[in-house]
Amino acid sequence: MKRVFIANRGEIAVRIVRACRELGLESVVGVSDADRGGLAARLADRSICIGPAPAAASYLRDDLVVMAAVGTDCDAIHPGYGFLAESARLASRALSEGLVFVGPPPEVIELTGDKLRAREQAVLAGLPVLPGRAVESVEQALSLADEIGYPVLLKAAGGGGGRGIKLVHEASELPSLFSLSRAEAQAAFDDDRVYIERFIANARHIEVQIAADHLGEVVHLGERDCSVQRRYQKLIEEAPAPALATSVRDAIRAAAVTLARKLGYRNLGTVEFVLDADTDEFFFLEVNCRIQVEHPVTEALTGRDLVRLQLRIADGAPLGFGQSQVTFAGHAIECRLCAEDPAHGFRPSPGTLTAFAVPALAGLRVDTHCEPGAVIPPYYDSLMAKLIAHGEDRERALAVLLEALDDTEVEGVECNRDFLREVLRHPDFRAGAVPTDWLGRALA
Amino acid sequence: MALTDEDVREILRIIDTAGTHEIRVQTEGFSLHVVRGDGGAATTRSAGADVGQPGAADVAPTAAAAAAAAANVTQAAADDEFLTIESPMLGIFYRAEAPGEPPFVEVGSIVEADTIVCIIEVMKMMNSVPAGVAGKIVAISSENGLLVEFGEPLFRVEPA
Repeated sequence: MKRVFIANRGEIAVRIVRACRELGLESVVGVSDADRGGLAARLADRSICIGPAPAAASYLRDDLVVMAAVGTDCDAIHPGYGFLAESARLASRALSEGLVFVGPPPEVIELTGDKLRAREQAVLAGLPVLPGRAVESVEQALSLADEIGYPVLLKAAGGGGGRGIKLVHEASELPSLFSLSRAEAQAAFDDDRVYIERFIANARHIEVQIAADHLGEVVHLGERDCSVQRRYQKLIEEAPAPALATSVRDAIRAAAVTLARKLGYRNLGTVEFVLDADTDEFFFLEVNCRIQVEHPVTEALTGRDLVRLQLRIADGAPLGFGQSQVTFAGHAIECRLCAEDPAHGFRPSPGTLTAFAVPALAGLRVDTHCEPGAVIPPYYDSLMAKLIAHGEDRERALAVLLEALDDTEVEGVECNRDFLREVLRHPDFRAGAVPTDWLGRALA
Repeated sequence: MALTDEDVREILRIIDTAGTHEIRVQTEGFSLHVVRGDGGAATTRSAGADVGQPGAADVAPTAAAAAAAAANVTQAAADDEFLTIESPMLGIFYRAEAPGEPPFVEVGSIVEADTIVCIIEVMKMMNSVPAGVAGKIVAISSENGLLVEFGEPLFRVEPA
């Protein structure tokens, strides 16, 4: 592997360019017309414009991505997260053109992309799953919901990311929410299959980072707690998960490794679980076949560069370390600084950054593509920067993160900085673990 | 807010069918001012230069300008007498229908707006590219068989 095509934008494109450099690999970034002058394009060895600004005409076009990668003599494609990161079609197209796809094999991407098939595999591997199954009609949905007991969750089989999810409190709501969920699933994933699962009232979102090589070696790199969410979108992530019994922590980590082996997983991935905070029971949710936005908290704890590891595994290298060599130090917390307006329902706030500065602090890492003068285009998600604080314990990490946010300067667009400060200062969050519905109840 | 080729074509179609001389559209962050021209070269150039610019798009359409927008024809600088035909997509630039066939155009060729000037291949899909402007080809900016990016200059044209 000599030259990597980066099929993404924003902070993750910058992150991948840097990892390529550190490994002595050249990088080519495929940008849209709106991102020509961006930081990733300037840092990479080369950039090439793959299409106009709207993502559907550029970042979501697997044919253009593969064409651009081949045409610039790249021998690998790194898809980042979002966009085509979990596109089995991009992966198989890349392979058929003789390119390395930095991710799992297309069959694994396809299987895990189908949440119902992934659930079946989890059951076969002996992982606990929430009571539930696919429903094809309102009658079926009503009868299953009765059997499980309200409230229940309606979910899309075709994909995750919070789209299509509906909480159903009672039978009278089910018919209309069933139709709505199906319509949303159809629009988002071109697949209107939905399923019903038991709803856990006091739930925490715990996910386990796994890594696997072509020799079948599988390790976990610990878990992350991503329970601070707004409308199913993660806002703050941390590792290790606070207030978790050692036996539960060990069992969740082991379950993730077991499933990865069952799936024939390769490269890096994340197995997501929901934990019932009242009973400490955990259940499999889904597998994410990509580098996650929140990967830096795991990097901080383990001292391992996950993007470099992705590239090395894709290049055919063995993991080079075993489970016993994975160690964890301290506590890390990440928050997502976004160009959105908390005063107006968190609507996106695109524009030109007239000022952008984050302080340099011991224990703080900032992953960003932003700089003074940079444009936040209206076409893509509003993530401006990830601030990651690492300290010897949770309290120290929190202090660093708060100090960083206090001295962060953003002008030209609205941003969620003050909202993040409010969350991090909240007594509930400071006290430790919070459930996934906490943010909505406490602050939003 | 950027205009796509389809947007421009649609706007020009509306103006053509409306039969009005001048249209102004003004919304937040976007203004469009279209005046029906007399087909002079100067108005053609200003058309290409401003299409797609957010904030203020002054489009002065003529028969030539209508097709020009569709094929990404731009003017590099205000005092530049030539227009540039840009690649409407990323792909491989082919000057002829097939290997061994004569090129669609050469330097000196006279083209109409709908004259095919090249093919852009994207993963075995062949896309014919019309000139989008009437005039004389004065330079060919890319080489046959090479990858061109979205918006890359392909030809220089002296407008008719």
